[in-house]
Amino acid sequence: MTGRLARQVCVVGAGMSRFGTFPRLATRDLFVDAVREMYTSADQGVDPRRIEAVYVGNYSSDLFERQGHTAPFMADWVGLTPRPATRVENACGSGGTALHAGIAAVASGLYDVVLVGGIEKMTDLPTDQVTDALATAGDGMYEASAGFTFPGFYAAMATAYMHRYGATSEALMRVAIKNHENGSRNPKAQFGMTIRDILRKKIDKAREKGGAIPEWNDEMAFLHDPAANPIVAWPLRLFDCSPISDGAAAVLVVAEKVAKSFSHAPLRVRGLGQASDTALYARSDATCLPAARAAAETAYAMAGVTPSAIRIAEVHDCFTIAEVIASEDLGFFPAGEGARAAEDGATTRSGRMPINTSGGLKSKGHPVGASGVAQVVEVWKQMHNQAGERQVPQDVDLALTHNLGGTGQSCVVHIFERG
Amino acid sequence: MAQRDFTNTSFREYLAEKCLMGTRCRSCGAVHVPPRPLCPTCLASDMEWTEFSGRGRLTAFTVIYVAPASMIAAGYGREKPYCSGIVELEEGPRISAQILNVDVAHPESMRIGLPLRVAFVRRGEGEDGSMELGFEPER
Repeated sequence: MTGRLARQVCVVGAGMSRFGTFPRLATRDLFVDAVREMYTSADQGVDPRRIEAVYVGNYSSDLFERQGHTAPFMADWVGLTPRPATRVENACGSGGTALHAGIAAVASGLYDVVLVGGIEKMTDLPTDQVTDALATAGDGMYEASAGFTFPGFYAAMATAYMHRYGATSEALMRVAIKNHENGSRNPKAQFGMTIRDILRKKIDKAREKGGAIPEWNDEMAFLHDPAANPIVAWPLRLFDCSPISDGAAAVLVVAEKVAKSFSHAPLRVRGLGQASDTALYARSDATCLPAARAAAETAYAMAGVTPSAIRIAEVHDCFTIAEVIASEDLGFFPAGEGARAAEDGATTRSGRMPINTSGGLKSKGHPVGASGVAQVVEVWKQMHNQAGERQVPQDVDLALTHNLGGTGQSCVVHIFERG
Repeated sequence: MAQRDFTNTSFREYLAEKCLMGTRCRSCGAVHVPPRPLCPTCLASDMEWTEFSGRGRLTAFTVIYVAPASMIAAGYGREKPYCSGIVELEEGPRISAQILNVDVAHPESMRIGLPLRVAFVRRGEGEDGSMELGFEPER
C-alpha cells in the first residue's frame, strides 16, 4: 500500500432520500430520490451522461426484499445502463465501502466520474426477521449459536467498557438525547423529534385516552422508565438502538481535474482508510474496535492531519455505546473518556468536537447500506453552510466520516477538505 | 479413526459428544477455538485437535430480551431473557456462548471476570435438537 491516491479525487454532489418507513417505496424508488437530490446539489449541475460507472452499497436486499443483483437495477432506474454497475457489501459498512471503491476507481484513472450510492429497505419484514437478517453480519457458526443479536454484541461491548472505565448508562442516554436533538433539526430524519418532544407526545396521548398520566419530569426520567424505554439487550435499551429504516443516499465522485465543472466548492478526499478484523469474541479487548483504529490511522496519515484538526465527524452510532467507542477510536478523546465527553456536552453542535450533527444513525435512521453514504451528505451540507437549523457555529474546512460493518469487523474512514 | 477435518462440522460433532475441542498449530503452538485449518498466527497448515479444560472467565456479557428466531423457538424472549457472553478459556482463546445459571433478572450483580466452566446445552427436541456450547459459574 502506497498510502496515497494516484491522483486527487473530489466529491462534487451529495443527496439522500428521506429516511423512515415507506411501505409504498422500494429501494430503487428511494435511490431515484437520492440521485435527483444529488444532481441538484452540484451548483454547476450534473449531466448524467457524464457518469461512467456506478457503485452501490447494499447489505442485504436479498433478505429484506427478496431482491438480489441490485446494482444494475439501480443503474437502470436512473437511466445509466449500460454503464458498469457494482454492488459492494460489508454489512452496515456497505455504503462507506462502496465510496472507498468508487474513490479508488477514480484515483486509478479508469473513470473520471462515478456515482456512488447506498440503499436499504428494511421495514417490509417483521422485527424478529430483521433481527435475524442483521445477525447474519455476525459469525453464523459461533455467535448466532450463543444467542447473540446485534444489540447483544454492542451490549457486551458496553459491559466490558463500563467495567473497565466505570462509565454509566446515563452517559449513553446523553448520546441518545443529543442525537435526537440534532435529528429534530434534520428534515430527512426518521425521528424528527427530541426525546422531550416524544415524552410530551406520550403524555398528551395518555391524557386524551383518560388513562394514568406518566410522571416524567425530564428526558432522563423517561429513559429510566422500563415501560417507556424497555431493555433490548442489557444494558442497552430501546433508545440506545438505531431504528429499522428505509432509505438511500448518493454522491458523485470525480477526478479533481473535472471537479470545478460540477461544483464551485468540491470536497477533496484528503484521506481514506479501510480495515478488517476477526469476530468480536476473538478480540483481546472489547472496549475498542481495532479495525476503526487502523482505518483512522491510515486516513489520518494520508491526510497528514491529526484528530484535533477535524471540525465535525459523522460516526457510526448504530448503538449509543458505538458512538462513545468511535469518539475514542478516532482519537477525539483518550480511551475511557468518550463517555464523560458525551456527558459533558463536548460532542453537541456547540461542543469542542461536534459528532453526528445529522442526528446520526440513532435519530436520522439506519437503512444499513445507505448510512455510510448519507454521512457524506451531512458533511457536504455542514461544509457548505447548508445545514440550516443544525449548522455548527464554526467554519467546517475538514470533516470525517466513520462507517462500521457488523461488530467492527470492517470499518471505513474518510476525511474531506473543502476546496 | 482418521483425524476429523478442522471445521465447524467437526467442532459440532465433538460438542454433541460433550467435548470442547479446538486446534493446536504444530508449527508455532498457538491454540484456537473455533478450530482453524490454517494458523492465523504463523500461517502454517499443520494442525492437530486439542481438548480444552472447559474452565475460563467472563470477559463481556449481555442479557437479551429481544431474541432471534432460534432462541424464541427455544422458549426465550421478553418474558424469559437469557445471558450471552464472551468467555476467555484458561488456555487463552475466547469464544461466545450462552451463560447459564446466572441471575438474569439482576445483571448488575454479574461481574466481568466471573470464573466459569463449560456446560453443554441441549436446545430443541429430537432430530431438530442440537447441542450448543454453554458456560455456567464455577461452583
